[in-house]
Amino acid sequence: MTAAVSFRGVSRHFGPVRAVDGVDLDIAEGEFFAMLGPSGSGKTTCLRLIAGFERPTAGDIRLFGQSVAGLPPYKRAVNTVFQDYALFPHLNVLDNVAYGLMIAGVGKAERHRRAEEALGLMALPGYGARKPSELSGGQRQRVALARALVNRPRVLLLDEPLGALDLKLREQMQDELKTLQRRVGITFVFVTHDQGEALSMADRVAVFSDGRIQQVGNPDEVYRRPRTRFVADFVGSSNVLPPEVTRGLGGPAAWASLRPESVVLTPVKDVVPVGVVTSARYLGSATRLVVRMEGGGAHGVPPGTEIAVLVGAERALPEVGGRVGLAWNPEALHVLEAA
Amino acid sequence: MRSERAPLWLKVLAGGGLLFLHGPILIVFLYAFSTESKSFVWPPPGLTLHWFARAWARPDIWEALGLSLRVALMATAVALVLGTLCAAAVARTRFFGREAVSLLVVLPIALPGIITGIALRSAFSLGDIPYSFWTIVLGHATFCIVVVYNNAVARFRRVSGNLIEASMDLGATYWQTLRFVILPNIATALLAGGMLAFALSFDEVIVTTFTAGQQATLPIWMLEELVRPRERPVTNVVALVVVLVTLLPILGAYRLTRGTDTVAGSGK
Amino acid sequence: MTAVAEGAPVREAGGGLSDTLWRRPRLLLLLLLAPPLLWLGIIYLGSLFALLAQSFFSIDEFSGVIDRTPTLKTYGELLRPANLDIIWRTLAMSAAVTVASVGVAFPIAYYAARYARGRWKALFYLGVMLPLWSSYLVKVYAWKLILAKEGILGWAFEGVGLGWLLDAFLSVPGIGGNSLSVSPTGTFIVFVYVWLPYMILPIQAALERVPGSLVEASGDLGASPAQTFRHVLWPLALPGVVAGSIFTFSLTLGDYIIPQIVGTSARFIGLAVYQYQGTAGNVPLAAAFAVVPIVVMGIYLWIAKRMGAFDAL
Repeated sequence: MTAAVSFRGVSRHFGPVRAVDGVDLDIAEGEFFAMLGPSGSGKTTCLRLIAGFERPTAGDIRLFGQSVAGLPPYKRAVNTVFQDYALFPHLNVLDNVAYGLMIAGVGKAERHRRAEEALGLMALPGYGARKPSELSGGQRQRVALARALVNRPRVLLLDEPLGALDLKLREQMQDELKTLQRRVGITFVFVTHDQGEALSMADRVAVFSDGRIQQVGNPDEVYRRPRTRFVADFVGSSNVLPPEVTRGLGGPAAWASLRPESVVLTPVKDVVPVGVVTSARYLGSATRLVVRMEGGGAHGVPPGTEIAVLVGAERALPEVGGRVGLAWNPEALHVLEAA
Repeated sequence: MRSERAPLWLKVLAGGGLLFLHGPILIVFLYAFSTESKSFVWPPPGLTLHWFARAWARPDIWEALGLSLRVALMATAVALVLGTLCAAAVARTRFFGREAVSLLVVLPIALPGIITGIALRSAFSLGDIPYSFWTIVLGHATFCIVVVYNNAVARFRRVSGNLIEASMDLGATYWQTLRFVILPNIATALLAGGMLAFALSFDEVIVTTFTAGQQATLPIWMLEELVRPRERPVTNVVALVVVLVTLLPILGAYRLTRGTDTVAGSGK
Repeated sequence: MTAVAEGAPVREAGGGLSDTLWRRPRLLLLLLLAPPLLWLGIIYLGSLFALLAQSFFSIDEFSGVIDRTPTLKTYGELLRPANLDIIWRTLAMSAAVTVASVGVAFPIAYYAARYARGRWKALFYLGVMLPLWSSYLVKVYAWKLILAKEGILGWAFEGVGLGWLLDAFLSVPGIGGNSLSVSPTGTFIVFVYVWLPYMILPIQAALERVPGSLVEASGDLGASPAQTFRHVLWPLALPGVVAGSIFTFSLTLGDYIIPQIVGTSARFIGLAVYQYQGTAGNVPLAAAFAVVPIVVMGIYLWIAKRMGAFDAL
């Protein structure tokens, strides 16, 4: 099956800045695909390359096997939901949603009917006569979605679609977006800097850093088996262990990651690594401790190494300054493929 | 900010300042009705509408008014096209020399009008270009561009760049985007800019003196009356009309841009 | 919207030129910039060069024919005592007008920026805007009416029994004259009046950006109103003042109509330019005179830029 979107050696340079640097990527049809990374990592530029707002400096982009080189945005069967929604302020909600149909030459009655239908799907029936400025953030978001989907794009692009919403609304919209995508069956590509959002919504995630893709995989793979130090640290803030620490903990001499929630506290014994709790951060459902390791004992952890531990809310917490032993399932110590 | 009371002395100074700004113009209005025809005596000994009839019957005034209106319309049309194009380029894109372009647009009003005037006069004389309707328009359009430009650039900046991308994303070409998104969003700013440009041109005298030759626009007619008075009360009437003709577009422009962006007043 | 979307990944849309513009964004920029730059470049800059060129020509004093060989002779004429007089008189007037404008403008700008709210704010804004845009000639003319011997000001002075004071003032050489409308004081008043809005607007813009809490904080820290003005308001308003002064200074420097209508026969730069190019037909000397304001304003703008005045425009 041809990929819905494919990148081959795609780069986009702005003068000396390599916003996107040699990216290869395949997004399958019908997939909910997330591009995750910090700001400036190239994820938004990738999205704009698909939409046609940017042109690649090098490489080839294909939509369903067809190269889009030289095709302006208006000739690509993709639509975008913008971060600030970009609703037309001079048009009412109905005309905003019907804009694409109007351009495509659909008659007035027909396009208004289809726009109403799309608004109904977004739980906004009867809002057509309002101006965008009269809507709440969540409502604008839905109008933006309706405006894009009413054109039946082959791929829907979403640029930080939930970034402007408050926490509660954001969680609600996460569920809705997921349900919507299953219902319409369109390929969704969405950009986010929020790893929780990416992991909970996407079928597959691409993690970006410095214009390159660090890892592509399903959320479980990316979370549990990060390929690089960057992924381990960015997705779920894992303990990233240098080779000498990994070896000291009984692994090979290679970079490894150890999830804080995989570590459990034990009484102080000779057989386990021991350290002093230097800080505790309360997170609600759990508390994040930082333990500074002592040297000696059965393990060869270099003294001074800091290891983060997540302690569930139901567990007893040690005092800051107290000594604790650490233990984990050997499988939890995941050796990274690449430094 | 909290609602606090201004000290009395400040109120007096500020109010007095506004009175200083408006009083003289109101006085001109009153003089247009004065029965006294030889001197500027105050208070006017009596009020009459006679001078309006006299002014109405003067063909030279009508001729000057006609020329002024035609020049202002043409200069506004040119300024609208050039100012909008320039604003679109400066507001929408970054390019080398962007600062220089905005400086070049502002220069004709940043330098004293007499410089623009004598410069054009020098060019006409070097190029052996005879004075005509078009030499006046040339000068007026040049300093009117900035007024349109200021209004348009402010609006372009406010119209989110994403709107253009959104329109193209939804299938619209550049032309369709221009027609369905850009123009509706900048229309009022252009109208306001055009009105200000019209008012500026209609009232201009400093540059016009150098580019008109023997032709008389209404301000030039007035200037001649001021320097060599012939029928003072008629001048008073024309002054009143000129104020009204310029103020209407200004008020219109203010209404169009109120609450959105400031009327580019520094752009006169 | 039902099930899986279908159709080609490419939409057919019109627009050959539109496609070209997308592929070549620089072409779009060029199309936008070319007409205004050509207009301003050829007509305006071209004229300024013509002006500069004229200033290097000279005039044959006997035949009145313009000699087009480049020479500095015309600039030399600027240094004649009579011409230097004109330059100094204009600079002094510009400076005086600027200082007075700041004094009158500041309270208005301060009140509008700090106290006026809602309707009053709009009223103040219009109150400054309307005179700014009203006919320049009419404004000048209004003052001719007011300052005339039989005009409203003389009438008011007589009315309150202070006619002798006005006469005494008018008899002071250097600032007085037959009546206010033919005295340097009259010229000065009209200049201040006509350019005042240009000073109010930038000062107000600068003051709008000063949070009221700053003034309160200064008072809270024990400063008297005068100290608050000296140490807080004035420095923060200064960029606005400088921006406004660019207008008042430059406009006074080049004006030739006000001294013609209200004032003595003493000449200013603008008037000199006007007369040399007109009746005297000495365009080279007029051009050389016109270069003086350009140079003065160049220096002025350079200093203003270093003081950060352009942020307030």
